[in-house]
Amino acid sequence: MIETLGIWIAALLTLCILSFLYKDNPFYRFAEHLFVGLSAAYWVVYSYYNILWPNLIQPLFGQGQLLLIIPLILGIMMIMKLFPKVGWMSRWPLAFIVGSYSGYHLITYLQSNAVEQVRATLVPFIQIESWKNLFTNPGVMTFLNAIAIPVVIVGVITGVIYFFFSKEHKGVFGGLAKIGVWFLMIAFGASFGYTVMARISLLIGRMYFLLHNWLHLI
Amino acid sequence: MNIIERFEKVDRRIIFLLVLLAVIIPLLFPIGFEIKASEPVQKFYDAIEALIPGSMVLVSCEYDPSTMPEVYPMNQSLARHCFAKDLKIIGMGLWPQGIPLNQASMEQAAEEYQKEYGVDYVNLGYKAGGIVVISSAAENIPNTFPLDYAGRPIEEFEIMDGVRNFDNIDLIISLSAGDPGVREWIMIAQGRYGKKVAGGVTAVSAPAFYPYLHSGQLQGLIGGMKGAAEYETILQTSGTASRGMDAQSIAHGLIIFFILFANFFYLIGKRRKK
Repeated sequence: MIETLGIWIAALLTLCILSFLYKDNPFYRFAEHLFVGLSAAYWVVYSYYNILWPNLIQPLFGQGQLLLIIPLILGIMMIMKLFPKVGWMSRWPLAFIVGSYSGYHLITYLQSNAVEQVRATLVPFIQIESWKNLFTNPGVMTFLNAIAIPVVIVGVITGVIYFFFSKEHKGVFGGLAKIGVWFLMIAFGASFGYTVMARISLLIGRMYFLLHNWLHLI
Repeated sequence: MNIIERFEKVDRRIIFLLVLLAVIIPLLFPIGFEIKASEPVQKFYDAIEALIPGSMVLVSCEYDPSTMPEVYPMNQSLARHCFAKDLKIIGMGLWPQGIPLNQASMEQAAEEYQKEYGVDYVNLGYKAGGIVVISSAAENIPNTFPLDYAGRPIEEFEIMDGVRNFDNIDLIISLSAGDPGVREWIMIAQGRYGKKVAGGVTAVSAPAFYPYLHSGQLQGLIGGMKGAAEYETILQTSGTASRGMDAQSIAHGLIIFFILFANFFYLIGKRRKK
């Protein structure tokens, strides 16, 4: 009974939100405000019981872990942002977060996102096995496999050249930068295609819910 | 107003209606387009197949209900795949709302394969802190997660016997819809501790993870509903992702048609104005 009621509420709220596609209306506004209010309440309750209570309040006041007074003070200083006269106090914990997170993040980020990616392009330009495979089994897939590494290497080099602004993009250098732009455009296009796919997937998810869980048509 | 001007000023609600029909009709009357597994999804499958029975798989869920249509089918298939291979699952999450979704997936698969909570799978729940939680768990899992998602001490569970840190984990899989997510797992678990990491992500973020797959930092990658449908196809199961692929294909075809159609009339209109 409760599950059925939940499905009906979810279905009606879905229709309220989708009604915005026709035009702005009170049903949409109602669902929007309900969502904002519920989300805020959810996060307040969740943060208290899953973050503040187990990580600060219980260990500090229940187990006497006095070292936790430091994050408690920093947390209170952060809330001072709400009071203009003492708002400056929130900069200290913020500085602590930014500083410690940057220090912690920097090396690992560089290793995973720069060094490893550069290493992945340090491969022979021509993969002999792939080309042998192309000549023995000519086809679209074998052709794409054969040209994959050269395309990656050319794409990386020309892409980096495009973002090199200390030299004017003219002559051979300008030509390479233009090729870099083409690679970037193809990457943006692929990315946009994936974004369209994601949005359609979400619509399919909602329609599946309405047709399957609510109306039992599929 | 001639036909070109009419098309230029078409009401956007007509387009919305056509997209809606393109999604609803194939859901009501499935066509059954063929789904073939792509290389990244096959690699994901192979990474799990390479594990021996009894191996530990850590599944971290970094998604929420807003991305359920894309990521939840992956979560369901992954749990089924692991239990079918007699692998043990340790669930956790860096997003709080991923925890109940992971629990639901594991419970559903556990019922199908007669697996028991605490013996074959466990859910350690959510811990705030993102990248710091990964580092902490890498060094000491029981210290980072002393309780499971329901507040029970984890030493009560048989599955946690002998599990101290990432040395006892054979494969890490992050199902993510943003940050913290797969990227953080690659940075810490793979980059710093050399663990094998695979990922399932939303279609929006999938292109950003192909370089990690190419460099070998990721063992496999499932991208969006299409990736989830491919994974279901390899596992020879029919889930919500496979059922949605007909609608996805028709809607994509319609959008491609709109783009070509609009550009065609735009160019004709431009030429006439000249």
